[in-house]
Amino acid sequence: MTYGELLSDAGFWYDLIHLLVLIGMIVSAMLVVRFKDLLSATIALASVSLLLSLEFFILQAPDVAIAEAAIGAGLTTAILIFAVRATRRREQ
Amino acid sequence: MKPMSSVVRTITKLLLGPIFLFGAYIILHGHLTPGGGFQGGAIIATVMTLVLIAFGTRVWKKNILSFIESTGLLAFVGLGFLGLGSGFFLFNFLAGSDSLFFGKVIEPVTGEFAGWPANSAPLLSGGTVPLLNLFVGMEVVAALTLIIITMGLFAFDGKEGE
Repeated sequence: MTYGELLSDAGFWYDLIHLLVLIGMIVSAMLVVRFKDLLSATIALASVSLLLSLEFFILQAPDVAIAEAAIGAGLTTAILIFAVRATRRREQ
Repeated sequence: MKPMSSVVRTITKLLLGPIFLFGAYIILHGHLTPGGGFQGGAIIATVMTLVLIAFGTRVWKKNILSFIESTGLLAFVGLGFLGLGSGFFLFNFLAGSDSLFFGKVIEPVTGEFAGWPANSAPLLSGGTVPLLNLFVGMEVVAALTLIIITMGLFAFDGKEGE
């Protein structure tokens, strides 16, 4: 039995996890826009990337999931925190 | 950037080895399992970023990283041109040869190639592909670390004048 058949047999739980990940991504993305504190917005963006990598893994693209986890949740967050540090913390 | 507190430095020393090893595994098993040069290089670049944040921006030398990046790219292109001798650019001239590390993939009993199930072939059965992954990994590690260092120098040392 392949991994794909295992997932399609899971049925309800597979759909539930899928739905929770997508809802979490949308909520995090809305928080990114609404936060006035730019450091909090950066962390929310990192959580969007993390959930997106989980979503890639659920959709059986582990290759893309590894790259997304390393670059989206790791390096991009570091660069954005550096940028926040070089400018202002609060949005005006 | 100044070095951070003792707690951060100790945890960084603990995490440095395992994450680096995981990145190296992703690079070297790129032709068998999910991953490859780019993904493993990005993971190792996160280790570089961790060390850079914990110990300050002066840890990694820019010209050494530039040298690693150029070496990776030149080795990739050079290996591609070596394939021209056997066929075309990036020809996998090591696959199925009788050399020491890239020997023929044969079934031990009958002596014939039997075919391998997914993700379980011998590590060095890919010919030139693991070498190409290694060179791409070198290039990606050096390039991403250079980007982070440039941003860190601009964000911290440009303002503090350290």
